[in-house]
Amino acid sequence: MNGKRETITVKNLTTGYRVSKGEKRVTNALDATLYSGELTCLLGPNGAGKSTLLRTLAGFQKPLSGVVSVSGRSLDEFSGKELARTIGVVLTERPKLENMDVETLVGLGRAPYTGFWGKFSSADKEAVEKALALTGIEDLRHRMVQSLSDGERQKAMIAKAFAQETPVIFLDEPTAFLDYPSKVEIMMLLYSLAHRMDKTIFMSTHDLDMAMQLSDRIWLMDKRLGVRTGTHEELTRSGDIERYFVRPGIKFDRNDGLFKIDLDFKNGMSSVIKRGESS
Amino acid sequence: MKFVILSISLVALFFANLFVGSVDIPPAQVIDILFNNADPDGPLRFIVIGSRLPQALTAVLAGAALTVSGLMLQTAFRNPLAGPSILGITSGSSLGVAFVILFLGGSVSAAGYSWGGYAAILAGSFAGSIAIMGLLLLFSMWLKNDLMLLIAGIMTGYLTSSVITLLNYLSTAEGVHGYAMWGMGNFNGVSLGQMPLFSLAIVFGLLLSILMVKPLNVILLGENYALNLGISMQTVRNLLLVTTGLLTSVVTAFCGPVSFIGLAVPHIVRMIFRVSDHRIIIPGCILTGGMVGLACNLLCILPENIVLPLNGVTPLVGVPVIMYVIFKERVRKR
Repeated sequence: MNGKRETITVKNLTTGYRVSKGEKRVTNALDATLYSGELTCLLGPNGAGKSTLLRTLAGFQKPLSGVVSVSGRSLDEFSGKELARTIGVVLTERPKLENMDVETLVGLGRAPYTGFWGKFSSADKEAVEKALALTGIEDLRHRMVQSLSDGERQKAMIAKAFAQETPVIFLDEPTAFLDYPSKVEIMMLLYSLAHRMDKTIFMSTHDLDMAMQLSDRIWLMDKRLGVRTGTHEELTRSGDIERYFVRPGIKFDRNDGLFKIDLDFKNGMSSVIKRGESS
Repeated sequence: MKFVILSISLVALFFANLFVGSVDIPPAQVIDILFNNADPDGPLRFIVIGSRLPQALTAVLAGAALTVSGLMLQTAFRNPLAGPSILGITSGSSLGVAFVILFLGGSVSAAGYSWGGYAAILAGSFAGSIAIMGLLLLFSMWLKNDLMLLIAGIMTGYLTSSVITLLNYLSTAEGVHGYAMWGMGNFNGVSLGQMPLFSLAIVFGLLLSILMVKPLNVILLGENYALNLGISMQTVRNLLLVTTGLLTSVVTAFCGPVSFIGLAVPHIVRMIFRVSDHRIIIPGCILTGGMVGLACNLLCILPENIVLPLNGVTPLVGVPVIMYVIFKERVRKR
């Protein structure tokens, strides 16, 4: 990959919430980097703090301490409008949209560029067309958002983030609730967009196998073990992947670098159940 | 195209309101009076210019104001059942008015308030709605959840109603009667002399709402998406509450707590236009709200010899629409 740049750098970052008695820490003293032209996946069990980290990186909430910088500039120094032109997001929440077609939804991504009335310039129209084309949903442009399937809807939200023309895009579990082919399709879409358009794309996901096959870099996250970052090979070699995910019943195949179901454990489980039934 | 049809219907309904009334005046004569200055000091002129014209204007402006308020609140709270009356803004106005009528102006009859009396009612209404609005703004700082804020608004409405009940109990019979008449709602409370003040305030509020079309469109995506697009929900919500407060309190002061128009008409507009873009929906709400105001007023004056109270008519329009919205929602969720 040519000309990979550090876009997001995180120094000594502690995320969490201020509560009435002090603070509730979620991620502690994290140092990490996201690169342009790469798809980075954030993996970790529920409750590990993935969403909190994404919210902090996107500027939705303040870090408890430490600095998030974008291209060398601290996130604090960005105005709301500058931030809107720097980081685009796709969230888990599904906006309740009625009577809005896909083209209009994608067009809302142009809000940081349009004037007072939100009228489109030719550049705005072009950006929307490009976003629809890149995500392959030109045919859906006149469909109402509420009539879309989950996968189509997710593509429309990704197209919105693309129309925003930000160098960085964060996605919070964009593949959740999708059927398998749609999951693969979305991941491949994000991977190729990162590479072709030199975007920095960072997404959280639970789809371990897909993340390992279709991402350039992985952030592993766990309450107890903290955060580890690296490429798939680096994390495999260091044994971190196994440490984070191997449980009774799951084993890691070092040959192809994927997780498998532990067949001995499965057989053992069935015999336990059989014994339970016969007694 | 739809705008043209709506505009023509609005004008037609406006004239229907001028032609129809408890006194029979042929339409040709009404036109004559309006445009050719016929019958300069006669009683018919007084009826058309002094009574029917301001009543029709009030119906248009109040209908439009309430509808736009309802639309903005529904967008801001992302709840199809939000509206000025549900959020307690109307009852805040009512409380202010109740104070004025029941204590200060208890001796004046409902039929004829003096200028000073109207000014006091207007001030009370505005103070009441702004107080509730302030309370809602305060709540919205802690209650990030829109549904919770809606419930807080409803509870505030109940509280003000209970205070109004107490005030009624403590007031004179005349005061109670005056308040009850006001509470039934009407579009004939604005005289030609008060029209400039009334219309200026409403037009100003409607202009404010038109200035907010872009942020209104963006917050349809929800708070976080809006923030990511550079729009702060908090700021928009505050602006919205001030605008809807102005519109609702002016209408409530002059016309009483008009029910259902603010809640139901935005849904009719959405059914007509089938878009979510506020650049189309807000003008649509102004036209359709004006039409519904005129239609309700017409229904009030149609029966021979009596004039029905406005709030006896508005639910006939509002309730079917709201029921339809609720059933549609149920079907979709299944």
